[in-house]
Formats: sequence, C-alpha cells, structure tokens
Amino acid sequence: MNAKTEPVQNIKRRRDGVLNAYAGRVPFFKYLGITFERKGDELTGVLTYDPKLIGNAVVSRLHGGGTSAFLESTATITLGWKTIWDAMESGEFDIEADVIKLPPLPKTISITTDYLRPGLPRDAYARATITRAGRRYASVQVDAWQDHRDVLFAQSTLHFLMPDA
Amino acid sequence: MAKPTPQQASFTELTPLCKALGMIVTDVGVGTATFTMPYNPALIGDPDTGVIHGGPVSVLLDSVSGLAVIAHPDNTAMTATIDLRIDYMRPSPAGQDLTAHAEVYHTTRTVAFIRASAWADDETKPVAQATGAFVFAKKAAS
Repeated sequence: MNAKTEPVQNIKRRRDGVLNAYAGRVPFFKYLGITFERKGDELTGVLTYDPKLIGNAVVSRLHGGGTSAFLESTATITLGWKTIWDAMESGEFDIEADVIKLPPLPKTISITTDYLRPGLPRDAYARATITRAGRRYASVQVDAWQDHRDVLFAQSTLHFLMPDA
Repeated sequence: MAKPTPQQASFTELTPLCKALGMIVTDVGVGTATFTMPYNPALIGDPDTGVIHGGPVSVLLDSVSGLAVIAHPDNTAMTATIDLRIDYMRPSPAGQDLTAHAEVYHTTRTVAFIRASAWADDETKPVAQATGAFVFAKKAAS
C-alpha cells in the first residue's frame, strides 16, 4: 500500500486502535478519568472532572497530587506514542489481534510540578513536549490548562528511562 | 511523633481524593505527618507486574506533606502546593500497602519547605521521595 494514498479509514483505525490499546492497558488512567485525544500524531490528555479529584473541599479545588498524576500520565503516553509511531505506521503491530502486543511504557525517573493557579472543579487538558528523546533517557515538559490554552494552571518537567531497545 | 487528634485524623476523610484512595492518618507530630495508603488493583500502572502507577504515589506524598504543613505549630491557615519534585526510586511492590512520612524542615513567613518519603515494608528502601514548597502563613511573633 502506497502510504500517500492509503484509505483514511485504514489510517484512523490503525492509529486509534494502537493508541487505545497503548493507553488502555493502564487501569489507573481509567480510575482517575484520563483519556487521550489525537490529531495526527499530536495528543491531548483530558482529565474529566469528577468530585473525587478535589483536594480542598472548602474552596473546591483539584488535588495537586491528582493534577501531577494527570501530567505524568500525559507525558508518559505522549513520549511512548512518539517512540512507537514508526513501528505502527510500518505495520509492525497486529491490530487485528484481540490484545494488540505493544512495547512497554517509559518509566518515570522524576517529576517536578509547578502549581501556577488553583485547579478549578472542571475538566483539565494537558499537552506534552519532548525536549530530549535519547535511546536510554528522555526529558518531557507538560502544560496543563482548563479554560484558556495560554493560562496554565500547572506545568511539569519529567525525566524518563526508556524501555530496552 | 504522636497519635493524630480527631481533627488531624479527619484530614484524609475530608479530602475527597485522599478518601477515594483510602489514605489513613497514622501519626502527626511537630510539622510532621505519616499516612498509609492501601494497595488497590485499580491504581495499577504496569499491568504486567501489578505495580501501581506513580500518580497515586504523587497524591500520597503531596497529601502527607500538606498535613505536615498544617500541623506545624506556627501555621495559621490552610496550605497549597507551590511546587513538588518526586523521585521514583524503585517500583512499588505489587499487593503491598504504602506508608509515607513528611516533615517540614524550614519555614519562612510565607513558605514551608518539606521533604517526604514513601515506602512499602522497609523505610530504608523508599519507593519515592519528594521535596517541595508549600504556602505557609506564619504566626506573628508574640
């Protein structure tokens, strides 16, 4: 199949199928309410609001630890997704299988989160930028926002250990 | 180190995300706090090993640090996290509960600095350690 003329439904089926399998393996994402939206290769993490995400019940603000967990999750999947993209596009994964066999996720070494504004009781979004992707180590920066894309409420920097090549 | 007062013990009960994760306040001292968090398969991050995700460990370390700040004798108000750095040192063993301890090691008029550690069964083998800065409202000198 010529990659430039491949039917759009095949492309979407493969990419969405692999992404769903890749992130769907992690029970914690479901527990916290984290999903991923895809535009081409770009991912946006979505944290769907739930009352259990509150950390300060008096003023109703998101828990900082939950926010950090959301940022870490978005960073992990964005980094992992980038590393499996080429293999996915060249058809290395059997997307017809009941359980698509995929490489393990990168492991977090450290995360530093800056809490810039209180998290409001509503959905949150996050997008990660890979600042360095080495064979062994990778560094990722993540922004989280709620109402306005340029008004961040939290930001993290993470370092990862990549799965064995 | 002392048994938490009923008000201190209710911290995790009154914080929805701590309550959802089953955290319990086991000890509160002078600017210190200790929590436990039970193992829960819903928190797994690596389905191949059953190791829980780093996220719940972040929530545990952030929460225990928050109560350590609130429990500081010079504190006069609620707190909030300014920044938190977490180092993941080893996988959290599958099936095991976690304990976390935080201490406030320095305060200024407006900031409390904390360090915290979380472990499974051996305090000398931490799963993760944290350092951070929290909002602090210091009691005026009398």
